[in-house]
Amino acid sequence: MSDISERGQGHYASADVVPFQIWRGGLWAALSWGSASAVTWFLPDVIQWGATGGFAILTGVIALVFLALAFLVTPARNPGLVHYGPWFIVLGLWLLIWEVVTAKLGWLPKPFFSPPQGLLHVYLSDWDRLLLCIAYTGRLWGLGFFFGISVGFLAGIGLGWSKRFAYWGMPFLKLIGPVPASAWIPCAFFVFPTTFQASVFLVALASGIPVAILTASGISQVSRSYYDVARTLGAGNRWQVTKIAIPAALPNVFVGLFMGLYYSFAVLVVAEMLGAKFGLGWYLQFNTAYSAYANVYAGLLIMALLCAGLVRLLFVIRDRLLGWQKGIV
Amino acid sequence: MSAVTPLGLKFDHISHGYDIGGSLLPVLENVSLNIAPGEFVALLGPSGCGKSTLLRLAAGLETPGKGQVLADTQPITAPGPDRILVFQEATLFPWRTVRGNVQAGPEARGELTGKTDRVDEALRLVGLENFGEAWPHQLSGGMAQRAAIARALVNDPRLLLLDEPLGKLDSLTRLNLQKDLIRLWQDRGFTAILVTHDVEEALLLADRVILFSPRPAQIVEELLVDRPHPRRRDDPALIALRGRLLARLGVLEDV
Ligand SMILES: Nc1ncnc2c1ncn2[C@@H]1O[C@H](COP(=O)(O)OP(=O)(O)OP(=O)(O)O)[C@@H](O)[C@H]1O
Ligand SMILES: [Mg+2]
Repeated sequence: MSDISERGQGHYASADVVPFQIWRGGLWAALSWGSASAVTWFLPDVIQWGATGGFAILTGVIALVFLALAFLVTPARNPGLVHYGPWFIVLGLWLLIWEVVTAKLGWLPKPFFSPPQGLLHVYLSDWDRLLLCIAYTGRLWGLGFFFGISVGFLAGIGLGWSKRFAYWGMPFLKLIGPVPASAWIPCAFFVFPTTFQASVFLVALASGIPVAILTASGISQVSRSYYDVARTLGAGNRWQVTKIAIPAALPNVFVGLFMGLYYSFAVLVVAEMLGAKFGLGWYLQFNTAYSAYANVYAGLLIMALLCAGLVRLLFVIRDRLLGWQKGIV
Repeated sequence: MSAVTPLGLKFDHISHGYDIGGSLLPVLENVSLNIAPGEFVALLGPSGCGKSTLLRLAAGLETPGKGQVLADTQPITAPGPDRILVFQEATLFPWRTVRGNVQAGPEARGELTGKTDRVDEALRLVGLENFGEAWPHQLSGGMAQRAAIARALVNDPRLLLLDEPLGKLDSLTRLNLQKDLIRLWQDRGFTAILVTHDVEEALLLADRVILFSPRPAQIVEELLVDRPHPRRRDDPALIALRGRLLARLGVLEDV
């Protein structure tokens, strides 16, 4: 063990003495965010949006933070920050352009395009409702997804391991699997007593089926020689399932989990738009009906961040569990 | 490490075949072979003749089509940890560290508690004491093969079945592992069956060398190598035996 960890640390040894350097990307980011702030503050809005001052202050503060970082941070020691420098610059520029073509010039058609301060205004004025919607969506997604993947995983193990289970179960899975979960919406809302239960069922179905299919195929693809080794070592059936079949199939299971995650988002929003009284999908639908497009964009942004965050989280979990695979991590 | 009670093995008129595309491919034909407890036997034969199949039968991974394999007079029907097979490919579990692989046997049988120094000892024996936490994909082919040997040894097998375990190693590691194998066999007293392609290796290690015909395998030659260990490869007696084996193999390969 010591051998390996020592070798890994070798090339960090001489990183102590680094001459003072300015992080140039930080300067440029301060400039782009600063100009977005100045334009927002000093030029007049074509109509009232609210939160204009707040947006100018927010971007101004961020510009100052970049300015400070440009002098405080040693680029050689913060490769991550330096790596994203161009992104920070472009984000500031993008805010600047967005601000100019909406609030300051009014070039983009008005009810449909909101300037950035419009979104900020939504977050400041409607945060309590947004939080409630996030909680509702989170509850629905969490219940559906975890229920779905648990059942899908167990079913997949059964289908991949037991011939008899596969004989009866596989035809069902093959028939139902390719049907998009949203196709079940009409009968789900009709069969279940509440729309919430129907929605949970739909999310569970969307996430569970790919997990079941990929777990089953993963387990049935496990090389026979692993089982041979386990059997000569005196392993029973149970050990072979939990310590051979499942870990060997795990890379496949994760493919299924990623697919299930994406499908679950898709069906989640549709279900919320159709029957829910709260939730992000409902929020989008409701505000579109009132032409409150700033709220729609604010909701979309939250949804994008949440979904991307969950995908990222799954990647982190996968990298931890599949660290043994060549090429991953 | 403690000595074990070695296992005696008897192949009793074994015939075995595989079903390939609907027709039966005969692999072993009427093979009878007695292996005394504590004996070290090497199996030589052309590729594809059925040597690995014979080891799989001894391990209990398959049951013979005809005849039976007896372990100390008991017919073998299932695999068991007193008869451990080291496969031709290392077949380490890639999702377990080297240590995890080595302790797989005791762990699977629920006997791991208090055996961790045995695991360390096995790793040390094969020279992998610094690689316990490494993943199998971080090992070289030879290291993987040594890890597989450690995974077998930790179970105190009474019969060790080795399917060309040294085939992939460079000649230096190979020489060292040959010495280690002999030392282990002498110390712990298990019965050993070694499949190899290397005539010299067979003569250096084994008490007896069995030569098989091409598939379906039959025994065509049995040589006693009655020389004490440590053996030298320039020992005239061994050279004479080697000439005899090579001549026999040459004839076989011309067929
Ligand atoms: N699981 C199997 N299914 C079908 N045929 C098999 C199977 N295992 C082995 N065979 C066949 O049995 C024959 C003998 O195989 P075996 O692996 O025992 O040969 P071997 O003597 O070990 O060869 P090598 O020295 O190349 O390893 C081969 O012709 C092979 O095609
Ligand atoms: Mg073989």
